[in-house]
Formats: sequence, C-alpha cells, structure tokens
Amino acid sequence: MGMVELENVTKVYRMGKLGVYALNGVSLSIREGEMVAIMGPSGSGKSTLMHIIGCLDKPTSGRYVFNGADISRLSDNRLAEMRSKELGFVFQEFNLLPRANALANVELPIVYGGGGRRRQHALDALERVGLKHRARHKPSELSGGEQQRVAIARALVNNPAILLADEPTGNLDSASTSEILSIFHQLHRDGITVVMVTHEAEIGAQAERIITLRDGRIVSQ
Amino acid sequence: MKLIQFFIIAVRSLLANKLRSVLTMLGIIIGVGAVITLTAAGAGAQASVTSLFQELGTNVVYVQPTNPEAPGMARFSPVFALPTLTLEDAAALAAIPNVIGVAPTNENFVEVTAGSESVAAIIHGTTPAYQQAFGHSMASGQFLTDNNVSSRARVVVLGGKAAEELFGPSEAVGQRVKIKGQRFTVTGVLEPKGGSFLGFSMDNIVVVPITTYQARLFAQRSASVTEGIQSIAIQLTSAEVKDEVIDEISAILRQRHRLAEDDRDDFMIVTQEQVLGMIQQVTGVFTMFLSLIAGISLLVGGIGIMNIMLVSVTERTREIGIRKAVGAKRRDVLLQFLFEAAMLSLSGGGIGIIGGWLLATLISRIEIGGQRLVAVISPDTVVLAISVSVFIGLVSGMYPAIRASRLNPIDALRYG
Repeated sequence: MGMVELENVTKVYRMGKLGVYALNGVSLSIREGEMVAIMGPSGSGKSTLMHIIGCLDKPTSGRYVFNGADISRLSDNRLAEMRSKELGFVFQEFNLLPRANALANVELPIVYGGGGRRRQHALDALERVGLKHRARHKPSELSGGEQQRVAIARALVNNPAILLADEPTGNLDSASTSEILSIFHQLHRDGITVVMVTHEAEIGAQAERIITLRDGRIVSQ
Repeated sequence: MKLIQFFIIAVRSLLANKLRSVLTMLGIIIGVGAVITLTAAGAGAQASVTSLFQELGTNVVYVQPTNPEAPGMARFSPVFALPTLTLEDAAALAAIPNVIGVAPTNENFVEVTAGSESVAAIIHGTTPAYQQAFGHSMASGQFLTDNNVSSRARVVVLGGKAAEELFGPSEAVGQRVKIKGQRFTVTGVLEPKGGSFLGFSMDNIVVVPITTYQARLFAQRSASVTEGIQSIAIQLTSAEVKDEVIDEISAILRQRHRLAEDDRDDFMIVTQEQVLGMIQQVTGVFTMFLSLIAGISLLVGGIGIMNIMLVSVTERTREIGIRKAVGAKRRDVLLQFLFEAAMLSLSGGGIGIIGGWLLATLISRIEIGGQRLVAVISPDTVVLAISVSVFIGLVSGMYPAIRASRLNPIDALRYG
C-alpha cells in the first residue's frame, strides 16, 4: 500500500453545457520515500492531478487515499488541515504573500495549522534551504530562485511526509534550477517523498520514476 | 487560530496598504465627525435657549394682548395685537390672592449713549416686580422703586453687558446716560446672566420705569389713548396655585374689558412651560435637521467602506488563495476580513469622534454677534455614531468576506 493511492480518479470541468475531462480515470500509487516526476504536454492534466494529490482540489469521482485516509470524503476544514500539516506544496509562481517578509511567509502554515515555537520552526526551515540570512527580506527583495526556496521552506515548516512541486523551476534560470533540484535531492535523501510536475525531460530524468500523462490518462509509469 | 493572530494579521494588512486604509477610514471619519459636530451644535443651541428660560422659574405666568378679530392663529400674533391691556389691568391683577408681584412690561430698541460710547440695547419699561419675576440680582446699586414709577423718574437700571460697554470697568451707578435725547441717571447695574435668545444677549438690556417709558420715551401722539401694555409678568407664591390664578386672571380681565359671555378673550395667558415647549419645539426641529444631514454623511461614509471592502477582497483574491493553500480554513479568511473591516470602522469612528469634538470645541469659541454657541457633546451621540460605524463596517465587510472564504484555493490562486 503506497502513501498516495489514486483509484480511477476523474476531474470534470463544466464549460457551459459541455463537461471537459481534465482527468479521465487515473489510478496510481506513490510509495513513501519515492521521488517521482509527473510529465506530459500542456493540457494533459498534470497540474490538476497535482492539485488533487495536494488536497487543493477535489476529484469529481474516484477515490484518493493518503496514508490510509480517504481524502475524497473529507470536509473543507479537514482538507485545510491536511494542507497545513501533512503536505507541502510548491507552486511554479512561488505564491508568496508580497507584503510579508520571508519569515512571516514561512510561518503561515503554523499560524493556520496551530502549534508553538513558530519563529524557531520557520527559521529552521529557512536554514534548510540556506536562506536564514534573508529571513527579514520581502519577496520583492529576493531573486526568483530565493523566492522559490522561501516557498519550499514554507512547504517544509510543518515537517510534512510529502513535498509536491508543480513546475517548481518553470520560472527560473538554469543556475537557480539546479539549486532547487539539489534541495529536492537532499530532501529525498532525508526521507521525504517528493513529487514534481515538469515538462523538461532533463529534470524528469533526475527522478526515480516518471509518470506520463496524456489527455487526462496515464500513458506510462 | 487565536484571536490575537487575527488582530495581528489585520493590523499588518491595513498597514501594508496605508493609502487604501486611510481613504476607507476617511468616509467614516467624516460621517462620525459630522454627526458629533452637528448634533453638538444643535444640542448646544437648544441648551443655551432652554437654560435662559428655565431661569425664569415655573411660578410666573404672562398675560399678553391679542386681537380677537384676527383670523386663525394670527389672533395670537403680537403683530396684530390690539392695545387691550393697561396699567390699570395690571394693578387689578395684583390684588389676586397668591400673586406676589405684577410686572407690566413694554419693550423696544433704543440707542443708549454715555459720553462718546454708545450701545444698541433692548429697553424694558416696567415696575419693581420685574426684578423678581425675571430673576435678576443686582451687581451694584438698586433696582427701580415704586417711587420711581409713580414719579415717572428719569432713572435707568443697566444690564451687565450694557454697563460694561458704556462705562468699562468704572462704576456705572450715579453716572448719566442719554436715551432718545433725554438724560437718565443710572441707579443700578444687573448681575450678568449669560445666555442669549435669537442673537440678543439678555444682559444687553436697560430697564426704566413703565410710566417713564410710556410718558417720556414712547408717548402716544393722541394723549387720550393710553399706550397698551405688551406683556404682564405675574409672579405667584408657588407653581401649585397656577391654575386657579389663571382662572382668576381670566375672570378679572374679561370683566374689566366688558366682554360678553360668547366674546373671545382679547388677551392670552402664557405659562413658562408653554414658552419653553414652543422654543424646544423650534430648536428640536433645528437639531433634527442637523442630525439628518449628519446621518446622511455617515451613510455615505458607510457606502464608501462597503465599496472599498468589495474592491479590496476582489483585489486580494490571490492572497486568499495563498492563505487557503497553506491551510487557512473558511473561518480564518472570514474572520481576517471581518477584523479588518471592524478595525477600519472602529479607528475611523474614533478619529471621527476626536475630530468632531475638536470641531465642536472650535465652534464654541466662535462668537456670533457677541453670542457664543456652546456645543454640547452628548455621550448618546458618541455611542450611536460608533455603533453605526462599526455596524456599517461589519455589514459591508461581511458580504465580500463570505464570498472570499468560499473560494476554492485553486480558483482563487488563478485569479489575477
């Protein structure tokens, strides 16, 4: 039994009267400690898949079991708790609060998930991505690579078992890209499950396993 | 999440966008400030007029001439009044039991001069009973005497303000003044009472004997017609005997004026309460009108908050998405925006109260025609203005906050 188990998951978007299948019967399993890349052309449904795994969106049908718990039946509030405590999510666009400094951004999951020693945990997480010295800087004062590292620190601050990254290097130059990837490798070595979406074969090749999507279906894994 | 956290998040968010916060607050500041200032000015006007008339006491009734032939309410207007009351009427009323004093009084405007100084004053022609009926005490000298009245003496008692303007700090008693070209001796100066009515300070009066007034200052051209009395103030032993004395006055005057059973009165009897009631009615309308204007500006301020809250939530959809993506629950988002709205409207209301208070104080400093409009801030108004502004803030924050909290994190992140 894997850490992430998807059974026949579909996601349908309503476009007027037509239903568009973003995911059409996806079943997959990701074991604890794995490093997986999800690949596929634009519109293949890889981001939608990541959002469902990251509890940011609910499947239209099918079953999603995370660590033995059936996610597809959880309430909005329980999903929010999952997002703050069990999963870390990294976006292509970083999605940091622009007016808050790095430290405050990293503290956010603890603010909402509860728990003490917020500042210490946030500083630890920033140290893990090598940005402790930039804790008081706002996102606009940081480079793209640094912003993404702050976002990774935010994803790690509650010590989640899994890190989900949706095109994490899509907006970065090659130097920053290799920095980010080496952080992911380090986290993987530390035992964290890493799942990342990418459309660059080079990056995908660094993962242990590649899941390829096309038109909302898995074509290889 | 603890409430203090919401507070911190709200403060940070408001500080992060200072211009927007200030503009939003401005609506409430102006609204609350206007409510405070305008109602304070209205209440101040009402209080100053009321206090003036309350000093006169409740055990005084007034008799005034009317015109029984005039149509409708014009019958009671002094403009149409016939000279039906005489000094003899007043003397007859003095004989009624429980009547302490009778002060027949006529008034007019005169210019009083002393050397190079002159002052425009209200002149009252009356009798010694006037002093007690209108509650005047003497600053120096003495009031009119019965002797003054019977001898038509050229003596005058000055109001505090009139004395000060004519003689400054030096003693007025014993000095000479000129009224309508005639020399008068000052026998006394009244203690200032403060207050004013319709722009005229009650301290800006000069008092002469009624006989002097009628015979020397405002004599009728045809000597056969006795000048009418404009008003007779009648002081009673106590307020309890008022009704029976009023009946008595009415009976005596009807008999003296030879009115038949079905003739209308050619006079009216007015009590202190009636006068006060009429004045309060007028100033009440005035205050209500001001409050209405103030209320409208508060409403406009509220709409401003609502507008900004809507725009602000829409503009911050992405922020909401980020917060939800890292674990914010629906309740967290809702409370964050409600806190922001409440704090905006509360601090706006607070500043508005301070501003309104300052403005009201400023108004109290301004003298219009020697009269001060004392603004009175009532705690009721403050509480009302604050509750209205917080209510508006919460209601206007509620709708966009609910809308924001319902957003799916992914949809919110895609926005903008």
